[in-house]
Amino acid sequence: MMLKRSLIYALLALFALYFALPLAFMLLNSLKSSAELRDGAFLAWPRAPELSAWRAAWDALGGSFVNSLLLAVPVVTLSSLLAALNGFILCKFRFRGSELVFIGLLVALFLPIKVYLLPLAISLAKLGLGKSLGVLIAIHVIYSLPLALFFRNHYLGFPDELLRAARIDGAGFWALFLRIVLPLSKPVFVVVVILQFTTIWNEYLFGLVFTEADGRPITAALAQLGATGEGGVRDYNVEMAAALLAALPTLAVYLLAGKHFTRGLVAGAVKG
Amino acid sequence: MTTTTSALRRYLDRPELLLLPSLAIGLLFFYGFMLWTGWLSMTRSSLLPSNEFVGLLQYQRLFLDERWLHALGNLLRFAGLFVAIPLLLGLALAILLDQKLRAEGALRLIYLHPMALSLIVTGTVWRWLLDPELGLAQGVRQLGFASFRLDWLADEEMALYTLVIAAVWQITGFVMAVFLAGLRAVDDAVLQAARLDGASGFTLYRRIVLPTLGPSLFSALLVLLPAAIKSFDLVVALTDGGPGQSSELPALYMFQMAFERSRLGLGAASSMVMLMMVLAIAIPYAYARGRKGRGHDA
Repeated sequence: MMLKRSLIYALLALFALYFALPLAFMLLNSLKSSAELRDGAFLAWPRAPELSAWRAAWDALGGSFVNSLLLAVPVVTLSSLLAALNGFILCKFRFRGSELVFIGLLVALFLPIKVYLLPLAISLAKLGLGKSLGVLIAIHVIYSLPLALFFRNHYLGFPDELLRAARIDGAGFWALFLRIVLPLSKPVFVVVVILQFTTIWNEYLFGLVFTEADGRPITAALAQLGATGEGGVRDYNVEMAAALLAALPTLAVYLLAGKHFTRGLVAGAVKG
Repeated sequence: MTTTTSALRRYLDRPELLLLPSLAIGLLFFYGFMLWTGWLSMTRSSLLPSNEFVGLLQYQRLFLDERWLHALGNLLRFAGLFVAIPLLLGLALAILLDQKLRAEGALRLIYLHPMALSLIVTGTVWRWLLDPELGLAQGVRQLGFASFRLDWLADEEMALYTLVIAAVWQITGFVMAVFLAGLRAVDDAVLQAARLDGASGFTLYRRIVLPTLGPSLFSALLVLLPAAIKSFDLVVALTDGGPGQSSELPALYMFQMAFERSRLGLGAASSMVMLMMVLAIAIPYAYARGRKGRGHDA
């Protein structure tokens, strides 16, 4: 099944351009000065690469970059540990209705955020819970409950004999979970943590609705940066740097753990 | 250990009870709030939630609203392309990449990286690339094509297609990865046998390889269709539904009605319609998976 090699390479290279150019182009323009932009050679190489746009982007978005970190790290930690626990129970302790719980989680994975956004906003307002990072963290952890499915599927491959042997040796549930199950869960944790970090970092709607000015995660701040451009020539060098800044952490994860990243996305891309 | 004690242990030690808090919270936040939205959609709620039951009035209003019908029409056009193009392109790229190439790793890295970006970033980038004054248009003009114009973002007919361009850029690598995994799962022995029978190149693919890609196609559709229906972030960042309402999709309509125009009931009704569309995809899938009782990935 060897097609013509040169033709294949040419086609693939052409598509590589389509996929690679936007980011390359962002990088180029983020390294230009505002003066150079006004001269306006958009596709040109920067004359004297400089970081002023990056500094401006950090001034505008640095705070929300930190917000996103303060959001993503606890959410990823809490939600994946909780999911491991729930997934383990769901998999190895079948009870009446456990299939129903499974289907409930599966459907929940598909539900559009907009279906519960209004009641969520109404109840938080009624409870007087302000828009804060803590609330946002809790919301994200709750709506990450279907993550348990990943662990459940992973644990399906666990030999019951292993668990039974440990029980006979006197291990209670927690000993079983903490000493045997968790250490054997590393591969699925890698996938889930990457998927979850990417999802939470890139999430926009919750971040927009449940935060205010200083508490914005980076996606919401970036969207507003674009929306509030002043008349005349907009500083697209700053916007390019800002967009790259927002993209850096997930791109880094992607480059460092590409294989797991793809697996996670394939498994979890229905979220959102 | 005697049978009595182990029976006793089994009774005392019921870890499934640990699920209860998560179940209760999940039931409330996913399904309770979903029902609440359903209730809101049947009340007179506007700026504030109200409990005055009005039946299907909001749905009637919704489907008499030109803007909503327009958004639905847009969704139909957007979803068609958003599904068809990544499927075809992704399959083509996967087949091309599957020819045991040297550069496969690097190419895959390039094709897939947009998936790492948030749709807000994607929208921001493409908004500049497609800007009529700057971006690609200016670049081409500077290459000597002085009269070149690219004003799709400002064009009511074309704005929707800018969403397609950016969304295709974002998701095609993912579809490619799904198909590539499917291609790699094809049994080499089968291929060898087919080759011995004289099948080659195109025929080999059409007769032997493509028919095995059903599950991959299914996984890709399962991601693409709901993603199309839910599309919101990209619209916000790239066109904001404009110019006018020419690139508005249902999710943006819902958000604006509920959060900016103080029409809670109408917004709730529109989100219920979107829910129905997503459930039409998710429930048969969940049912099939539930019957099997187990699956490989979530």
